[in-house]
Amino acid sequence: MLGFIIQRFLQAIVVMAVMSVIVFCGVYAIGNPIDIVIPPEATQEIREAAIRRLGLDLPLYKQYFIFMANLLQGDLGRSFVYNVPVLELIGGRLPATLELVLISVISATVLGVSLGVYAGYRPESWISKTIMGVSVLGFSVPSFWVGLILILFFAVHLGWLPAGGRGETVEIWGVAWSFPTLDGLSHIVLPAVNLALFKLAMMIRLARAGTREIMLTDTIKFARAAGISEGTILRRHLLKLISIPILTVFGLELGSTLAFAVVTETIFSWPGVGKLIIDSIGVLDRPVMVAYLILVAFLFVTINFVIDLVFALIDPRVRQGATS
Amino acid sequence: MKNASTPLGRFWAEFRENRVAVVALAVVVLLMLLALFAAFVSPQNPYDMANLSLMDSRRPPGFVGSGGYTHLLGTDPQGRDLLSAIFYGLRISIQIGLAAGIVSLSLGTTLGILAAYVGGRVETLIMRAVDLQLSFPAILLALVIVALLGQGKAQLIGALVAAQYAYFARTAYGAAKAERGKDYIEAALATPMSGRLVVLRHLLPNCTPPLIVVATVQIANSISLEATLSFLGLGLPVTEPSLGMLISNGFPYMMSGRYWISFYPGVALIILIVAINLVGDQIRDQFNPRLRK
Repeated sequence: MLGFIIQRFLQAIVVMAVMSVIVFCGVYAIGNPIDIVIPPEATQEIREAAIRRLGLDLPLYKQYFIFMANLLQGDLGRSFVYNVPVLELIGGRLPATLELVLISVISATVLGVSLGVYAGYRPESWISKTIMGVSVLGFSVPSFWVGLILILFFAVHLGWLPAGGRGETVEIWGVAWSFPTLDGLSHIVLPAVNLALFKLAMMIRLARAGTREIMLTDTIKFARAAGISEGTILRRHLLKLISIPILTVFGLELGSTLAFAVVTETIFSWPGVGKLIIDSIGVLDRPVMVAYLILVAFLFVTINFVIDLVFALIDPRVRQGATS
Repeated sequence: MKNASTPLGRFWAEFRENRVAVVALAVVVLLMLLALFAAFVSPQNPYDMANLSLMDSRRPPGFVGSGGYTHLLGTDPQGRDLLSAIFYGLRISIQIGLAAGIVSLSLGTTLGILAAYVGGRVETLIMRAVDLQLSFPAILLALVIVALLGQGKAQLIGALVAAQYAYFARTAYGAAKAERGKDYIEAALATPMSGRLVVLRHLLPNCTPPLIVVATVQIANSISLEATLSFLGLGLPVTEPSLGMLISNGFPYMMSGRYWISFYPGVALIILIVAINLVGDQIRDQFNPRLRK
């Protein structure tokens, strides 16, 4: 088991190093950020001083090594636009995004697995067919348009829910959260639903496919023959068996939802990291872009690493296969 | 059936049995024709500024404008007839979707087959890069690339290709790897035929079914991705609005109840994407040997 962990850990570090090079070169190789840092009427001397101060006169590989050296000390540089440390900037926005993403992914998983198991358990019933029909829509319809329709219907037409912002927040350990207040919660509902729809569709399909397959296996036949009630079979055996693919997708989706929050946050003016990155892309604020991408890459690598470990815990075949 | 003996004829005969897929295909063809002949079916040329009057801007569906005809779906903030703007927008969306799909298909297939055929270091290098990219969300990649390259059709297509070629590479690699080990390829390689010819004549044709399936799905995806990027203000210039741009233009007016500017282009977009996906589903089912009776 220890060998397995070390092996996966080293792999994760290699991937992270490669990603950092790609992201850094990709963002730094194109465009000249100096124009956004200094006013156009600045003299040549000021211009050159600014270039030197930001280290932009050095060759790319030297810039990369300086960047990595700082990164390992927990310094991701300063935003060109806001002139504050990037880490502080992203850290301040992260709770809003995390709150939104976690609520969406968890509710999508719980609801999606329940609906999917039902649809797989009774594939011929009209409820199952409706569930599957709706899940096709959830896959096809672009999520930004769904967001607009949610605003149009629930905020403009019915006036039940607010269309944007975080609402009232509560400070817990110095971090502002929306979900503990009623007003904040009402602000989360629409963006969370918007973000969750695609994941919901995916979870339904996954749970349905798994259920249909497993209900036909000998495990279930013998459990039934042993006189175990259907409810116990579903809870004890079925859920355990479909949990592996669902866990994988849950982990991966956590990461991709974080990325997709960019769209939802823009529509609902949710002040999270996604909105920050869109604004930063608009003004080519390189340090923020690089830091955000490396953060997302880091999250992906970490999530994959954790999934591998959890797999190895659940399924002994995985850890044996890896060490032998 | 008069030509049920040819493979294409057999394919079509089976395709016809699924009514939903046939309707979806008809819708796709209709939308493509509308896009192609947008100049003839639109009441107005929405790109010609001389045609537009600000007097007509943001009017509801059914409004009779200064042009003397009825705006069936209303007008947008620039005073464009929305129906015309949707036809022209469809044209741009389909153009971009097809272009990005075809380029990613060629690039991805070449890389995937190269990796499977050559093997060794090349294989490891290509497939590691592809897997690394697949673990990263396509939307983020497209977002960053388009931000760096700037606005314009070619840049947008480049960003979409960069975000999507990996899916084709994975599929082509999987198919080619499986075919590569089969006897007919070994036999072909044993003849004096050049390796290149074996790949083109024998390996590639046998890898096409899964690639066609991925291509339909990815064309729908690129259309959706393009719309999303345009909505975020990172797509095409405002002078030639795609569907996503039209939706984005209408967004600020939604709060005051002028829903139609965003709503109808969105409906057109969804009909297009859903129809393509339904056709793709049917093709996938037909190619899936496990579903064969």
